[in-house]
Amino acid sequence: MKVAIVKYNAGNIYSVIHALKRLGVEPVLTDDAEMLRTADKVLFPGQGEASQAMSYLRAHGLDQVIRDLKQPVFGICVGQQLLCRHSEEGNVDCIGIFDAEVKLFRPERHEDKVPCMGWNQLRDLRSPLFNGLNEGDYVYFVHSYYVPLCTETIATADYILPYSASMHKDNFYTCQFHPEKSGAVGEKILKNFLDLKD
Amino acid sequence: MLAKRIIPCLDVKDGQTVKGTNFVNLRQAGDPVELGKFYCEQGADELVFLDITASHEGRKTFAGMVTRVAATVNIPFTVGGGIAELKDVDRLLNAGADKVSVNSAALRNPALIDEITSHFGSQVCVVAIDARQDEQGKWMCYLNGGRIPTEHSLFDWAHEAQERGAGEILFTSMNHDGVKTGFANEALRQLSDSLSIPIIASGGAGAKEHFRDTFLEGHSDAALAASVFHFGEIKIHALKKYLQSEGVNVRL
Repeated sequence: MKVAIVKYNAGNIYSVIHALKRLGVEPVLTDDAEMLRTADKVLFPGQGEASQAMSYLRAHGLDQVIRDLKQPVFGICVGQQLLCRHSEEGNVDCIGIFDAEVKLFRPERHEDKVPCMGWNQLRDLRSPLFNGLNEGDYVYFVHSYYVPLCTETIATADYILPYSASMHKDNFYTCQFHPEKSGAVGEKILKNFLDLKD
Repeated sequence: MLAKRIIPCLDVKDGQTVKGTNFVNLRQAGDPVELGKFYCEQGADELVFLDITASHEGRKTFAGMVTRVAATVNIPFTVGGGIAELKDVDRLLNAGADKVSVNSAALRNPALIDEITSHFGSQVCVVAIDARQDEQGKWMCYLNGGRIPTEHSLFDWAHEAQERGAGEILFTSMNHDGVKTGFANEALRQLSDSLSIPIIASGGAGAKEHFRDTFLEGHSDAALAASVFHFGEIKIHALKKYLQSEGVNVRL
């Protein structure tokens, strides 16, 4: 199976590469349109600032390449956010697969710390992406911006308010948390993604 | 609601863990990678690897170890010890670390925090603070692993670190460290209640109850310990079971 990871100016993608290797997959890290188009699966991870990431993707034509992909694509963390219509972070228009607005967490009580950093539970699981998982399983999150609940939400997390921990539309799958850092549960999710039949 | 985190800390010298040989069924406890994997399987929420090597050669060995940890461990891990400038951070993150902890170098040159966070984001920057409470009750920061006193107060410095973009504060109480009578919960609570970033408690763990107290009374977001885990006095899974039964939200 050919697995490609979108190469752009996003931080720390080593952990995603290592996680795939642990599952026996040797991914290619590439910004080449043809290689991305012909891969069996594409991962679109990310850490960093949304508007800077978008300007890089646009400058390299990668926003359109990603939009046109037909095989299963997995957007992780900022990758999920960049697949939405617009982000409050840097007030930027994004790739627009999901008709959703990425918002900044606004703490309501003192205990609500931002960034949201740590292990939180997944609820309302409804996707083959979560085969073998249980309601309430923990995964690792690091983020200050979130996607509100929407019709494409396939798992919910609750921090300050309930929001989209994971989304799905057509061939696009996403998660706000880091499956590559989420222990055995995260490994299962990555494996489920690799096992998806489009 | 986020789970409270349990974080074993491994001291690494010349590529080997300094403590942690007292394990049953773990022949390679001297290897930080094996030990890290072991803790990961036991249910640790994160790991910290501290480089206590002095030599240049040892530093290179450490970076090599970080790469092996990243390939092996599937939970987040922080590395620290001897980070003095941005290029050290760059090297360790490129080796696969999720976060770095800065201590003395940041206290000497606070702008280092701004540099790290503007390049790599707040989430990678843990500011570690060693502080001691003096006879007047004032908490003062120390440099170089607690050897050199400074004029910085714990609370002022922690606030400044947050203002400069630190993602977390790792506070070690020198009064409590190694004594095994519990964490510095009063100071921790004051930090946690006045800052908006997570606080990691360090120094003083000796019993399961100490972890409960630092979460419930100290309002800590995470608790770090070394010897109680390394010598098998406290098993992580059993500790988390206990914490859950005491009403602490943990990942099991």
